[in-house]
Amino acid sequence: MKILATYNIKGGVGKTATAVNLSYLAAQDGLRVLLWDLDPQAAASFLFRIRPRVKGGGKALIRGSREIDASIKGTDFEHLDLLPADFTYRNLDLVLGATKKPTRRLARLLAPLGRDYDVIFLDCPPGISLLSESVLYAADGLLVPLIPTTLSLRTLDQLTEFIGSLDGHRPDVLAFFSMIDRRKRLHLDIASQLPEERADVAATTIPSLSLIERMSVERAPVAAFAPRSRAAQSYRDLWAEVRARVL
Amino acid sequence: MRSFAHVVVLPAGPAGQPADEVLRGALGSRFTLASAGRPRTVRRAWLDTFDWRLHRAACTLEHVTGPRPAELILTGPDGAQLTQRASRLSWPALAGELPAGPVRDRLEALSGIRAVQPVARAVSTVQDLRVLNTDAKTVAWISLDHTAVRQPAVAQLAARLRLSAVRGYQADAQRVAQLLADVAGAAAGPAASPLDAALAAAGRRAEDYSSKLDVHLSPGMTAPAALRAVLLDLLDALEANVPGTIRDVDTEFLHDLRVAVRRTRSALKLAGDVLPGGLRERFGTEFKWLGDLTTPTRDLDVYLLGYPDMAAGLVSAKAAELAPFHAHLRAQRAAEYRQLARGLRSARFSRLVREWRDVLTGLSRGRPGRQNAAGLATERISRAHRRVLRQGQAITPDSPPERLHDLRKRCKELRYLLEIFASLYPPRAHQRVVKDLKRLQDCLGEFQDRQVQQEEIREFASQMMGEEGVPATALLAMGELAGRQGLAQQRARDEFAGQFREFASPASEHRFRVLMGGTSQ
Repeated sequence: MKILATYNIKGGVGKTATAVNLSYLAAQDGLRVLLWDLDPQAAASFLFRIRPRVKGGGKALIRGSREIDASIKGTDFEHLDLLPADFTYRNLDLVLGATKKPTRRLARLLAPLGRDYDVIFLDCPPGISLLSESVLYAADGLLVPLIPTTLSLRTLDQLTEFIGSLDGHRPDVLAFFSMIDRRKRLHLDIASQLPEERADVAATTIPSLSLIERMSVERAPVAAFAPRSRAAQSYRDLWAEVRARVL
Repeated sequence: MRSFAHVVVLPAGPAGQPADEVLRGALGSRFTLASAGRPRTVRRAWLDTFDWRLHRAACTLEHVTGPRPAELILTGPDGAQLTQRASRLSWPALAGELPAGPVRDRLEALSGIRAVQPVARAVSTVQDLRVLNTDAKTVAWISLDHTAVRQPAVAQLAARLRLSAVRGYQADAQRVAQLLADVAGAAAGPAASPLDAALAAAGRRAEDYSSKLDVHLSPGMTAPAALRAVLLDLLDALEANVPGTIRDVDTEFLHDLRVAVRRTRSALKLAGDVLPGGLRERFGTEFKWLGDLTTPTRDLDVYLLGYPDMAAGLVSAKAAELAPFHAHLRAQRAAEYRQLARGLRSARFSRLVREWRDVLTGLSRGRPGRQNAAGLATERISRAHRRVLRQGQAITPDSPPERLHDLRKRCKELRYLLEIFASLYPPRAHQRVVKDLKRLQDCLGEFQDRQVQQEEIREFASQMMGEEGVPATALLAMGELAGRQGLAQQRARDEFAGQFREFASPASEHRFRVLMGGTSQ
């Protein structure tokens, strides 16, 4: 079982769209996939039409008083399940803080799921917190969507530096450019230049397309409702690159 | 992931209303139905062993072929399904011959050494539907199935649907199941097995064959009538196993055929005197011929079935070194089987079964007032029991092996009589007596089988010496096998005295007397 997390300190960079589409494409490949929507905003749960509610809330899950198994919901797609978000996830840092070895907590909770799943995606809320440290410890691969601006590159540097400072397990970082606006010169320049210079930046880029935004209307992965679109193809390319690199 | 399975048979809709419209009407406003693709046509073959091992375990096995990859689907008693992709299969097949997968793993435990083969075939139109909640989220899947049975007869089955819950939505699916159950005339649950419906449509029923004797005698019936009923049942069993033996479907056909022959011979020998004169002699010879015809193939089957254990039990030699022996056994078996099949297709065999049936059906039921079934059974069983005791008591540690072999034959006679007349006795008391006898039989069987096998291994070895390319390691490995057989035989010999003492003990004697007093004469 491999654990992949979509993560960025910044919000609104396409983490959820990536997690939703890549988990769908992985399931389409025949892998058994679980997506855990860790963000209390519950966007991934919404996109799969699953109500963001977990019995006992995040506390019960993190403490282990309630089996993760019992909270998992099947999506409308074969081989793809979802562990929904819950509004109580906003307090996950506090709950984690009260456990022993909080940074290792997620990895421990997820380990038994290896029987049922080949890949677990973690869709993380933005920010650097105890939860993100626990995610970094659990993940085999960290997928970092970046908007091609100088500032977001600084964030990537900060992130890699932070990961470098961690003890023990460190995830393999793969950043990629997302929400690229073809009309912006700066976007195109950075998106073409950086993958050549840095090994941790993927060659695939995800353009800013209205079809991707339309996911919230269709409430489905773009590759499911518009499989022949450019948007779907971009995610397929990204999944192929991630799969070759991390799995 | 799907769980919670529920099957519903739908009634024909009013004035030909399509089944999916009936469903939409049933679900009301809380759930809606959405199509999940165009209907597809699939072919189904339901498979079972000749003695219905799957059906007896409340399981069904289907091979489904159609536009999607071919699948084997094993449905358990609780409705849960195991599936495995499996194309280009041919039937009959032993579980071990199927491609690896969860269905094969489960099937091996269910079917054992028996092959599965189609018991019914059908063509179905399957329509997959999604059940959506008010968020338009799929909470359950419905597979709606219109099946036309093609074999064993042509028939159209009522539409049936299988409802399965999406993981985490069991409560919704249960609610849907309740709504569907309220459809007028719908029937839910295990009674809705499509295989049973397919068989019923063809005028057949499952479990119409069992290797057990299926005859119910009443104590008061005349002795000839009782014996006739037993012999006719044995003839049915014999004939039922002929086609499977000739087609060499699996080794149990021959086994069951032989059991029917041996029981027939014992019944003739031990009670045939109540039949009209000359019958016992005339048919006794023919059934001996038939028994002898089947022996060589069966002996080799026993070797081949026990081969994996024999090979695994080697200590000095390696299992692989025994491979030429295996090849030799297979070649011998193929040759013997040809002889057997020829014999079963011969005019002599068909004359035997035809004339035997004619004779049995034409037998008079005997005059009332003479010996009845219970009297005959008790008299013959008691006599056979006395013989076992007498011969067993005469055996000492110095007795030659032949004495034990003879005793084994007497035990078999007693066992067959007990089985033939079982329906006349209280089941529990009967089981206890059979259990006492079986222990002794197991010991004697082990003693003789091991001796026979030692001799046969030597015989095989000398045959193989004459073949080209048989390495010395193979013969050495066979030597070790023979040695192990010798040790096992000795163990059985050592255990005999204790086993016989048990059988002849006052407690066992008492159980026997209770049984014999148990019929109402």
